Amino acid sequence: MRVYADNAATTAVSNAAVAAMLPCFQDFYGNPSSLHTIGQRAAEKLSVARQIFAQRLNCDPSEITFTSGGSEADNQALRSAAAAGAKKGKKHIISTEFEHHAILHTLERLEKEGFEITLLKIPKSGVISPEQVREALRPDTCLVSIMFANNEIGTIQPIPEIGRLCRGAGVPFHTDAVQAAGHLPIDVRNMDIDLLSLSAHKFHGPKGVGVLYARKGCVPLVNVIYGGAQERGKRAGTENIPGIVGSAAAFDEACANMEKNAVKMTALRDKLIDGLTGIPHSILNGERERRLPGNVNLCFEGIEGESLLLLLDQEGVCASSGSACTSGSLDPSHVLLALGLPHEVAHGSLRLSLSEYNTEEEIDHILAVTPGIVEYLRNISPVWDELEHGQRKHII
Amino acid sequence: MLYSEKVMDHFQNPRNVGKMDDADGVGEVGNAKCGDIMRMYIKVDKDTQIISDVKFNTFGCGSAIATSSMATEMIKGKPVTDALTLSNKAVVEALDGLPAHKLHCSVLAEQAVKAAVKDYYDKNGITYGKELNICDHDCEHCAGE
Repeated sequence: MRVYADNAATTAVSNAAVAAMLPCFQDFYGNPSSLHTIGQRAAEKLSVARQIFAQRLNCDPSEITFTSGGSEADNQALRSAAAAGAKKGKKHIISTEFEHHAILHTLERLEKEGFEITLLKIPKSGVISPEQVREALRPDTCLVSIMFANNEIGTIQPIPEIGRLCRGAGVPFHTDAVQAAGHLPIDVRNMDIDLLSLSAHKFHGPKGVGVLYARKGCVPLVNVIYGGAQERGKRAGTENIPGIVGSAAAFDEACANMEKNAVKMTALRDKLIDGLTGIPHSILNGERERRLPGNVNLCFEGIEGESLLLLLDQEGVCASSGSACTSGSLDPSHVLLALGLPHEVAHGSLRLSLSEYNTEEEIDHILAVTPGIVEYLRNISPVWDELEHGQRKHII
Repeated sequence: MLYSEKVMDHFQNPRNVGKMDDADGVGEVGNAKCGDIMRMYIKVDKDTQIISDVKFNTFGCGSAIATSSMATEMIKGKPVTDALTLSNKAVVEALDGLPAHKLHCSVLAEQAVKAAVKDYYDKNGITYGKELNICDHDCEHCAGE
């Protein structure tokens, strides 16, 4: 049995998305900037896709910019708000310690360029409080960027409350909604969101397509990619019509089935959490309640995450230890360290991220094989030996 | 595939794994903070100076477990002096290679063997040169990546 439980890394493209994309390769292959009929047919496809995103996010189509993915959308959102802030002499940005590196590394770069960055500490719950944001706000704050839901531990942030607070203070508010889009209700108007990034391949759309929503009249977008006049001159490059059309179909489908999918995934998730936390000296990372319906993230004391993943893979289970974007790094997850977990515990992390395609049989399979693998690795581990003989204190 | 078949074999079926209560030398390198700890136990025949038995315990990634396992196989039944010349490169070659960012695991395996021999020498009053001065630069291999 092969179980795909790494949907936070990427998802399988849905049938609806594939069906929407296929005609774009050979029938609607035109360049939407071309004036002729073939080009204009592609332009119509693009326009419909934009309308779908706008309608589902509750904004105007002119507020939607298509990008190459979530990272580009994050980069452009931050760069734009920073440029707007600098013009007014405001060079302070608030974000959090557990953002995706598309945010953190862009902020590091902005810091080198003279911006002051405040990264909010993460409480044990994995949920930032609006109060933390309020306390960090300054007269020279030009942007607050808080992720909608965390990519590793799945905790959902109080976005409407933070949005209201920022709107009241007159500070632009960006949210990286890459993990939330298509899984949680998002209404940019009612949630007072000024900038939002999402990525299609996290909700059964194709890879290589992102969306940046930017509220009209708030932060003028600055280019990350210069060239032609596509996307109202804010993002050069011939539009990825098949990708964009497939993404819109996937988003439409995900939003239409959101409640149903959430009920199914939450039940599977809770079964996994209940089963896996039954393994001695294991802990669920992040609060259980305010959590993405498909996210499970645990630490097992005394073992290291990569060896756990390799053995799970041998049993047909595709999982990750954290973010796929950082798997090349030897450091433990910055998210788990931000939660206050010591290095040695953070090394033993396992993230299982579900989609509505997962079945109960698959969950049973994960629950059947994981305890034995953890035990096998603990038996090899000198750390576990010390823990069991009292030479090292159990932390979890 | 991230790892060679040999690495996967030694990871899934590690040789000489476990504790040794009557070891003549025990070496431990790495630390839990950087995600790798190797503990190596050796039993030495006093007359022949041959390593008659080896055991290891490792906390770490697949390649950390595989390099420990391979290192124990390469020194078992060999003279202690041979163990001292075991290089991380030889361990990597015996495993049909390791990904570049996992090479530090093989360095740890080499050091774990040396640490065990050093412990044996210390306990038995055997003098040795500075080639056995094991650098305790804890996280250097991790930090250097």
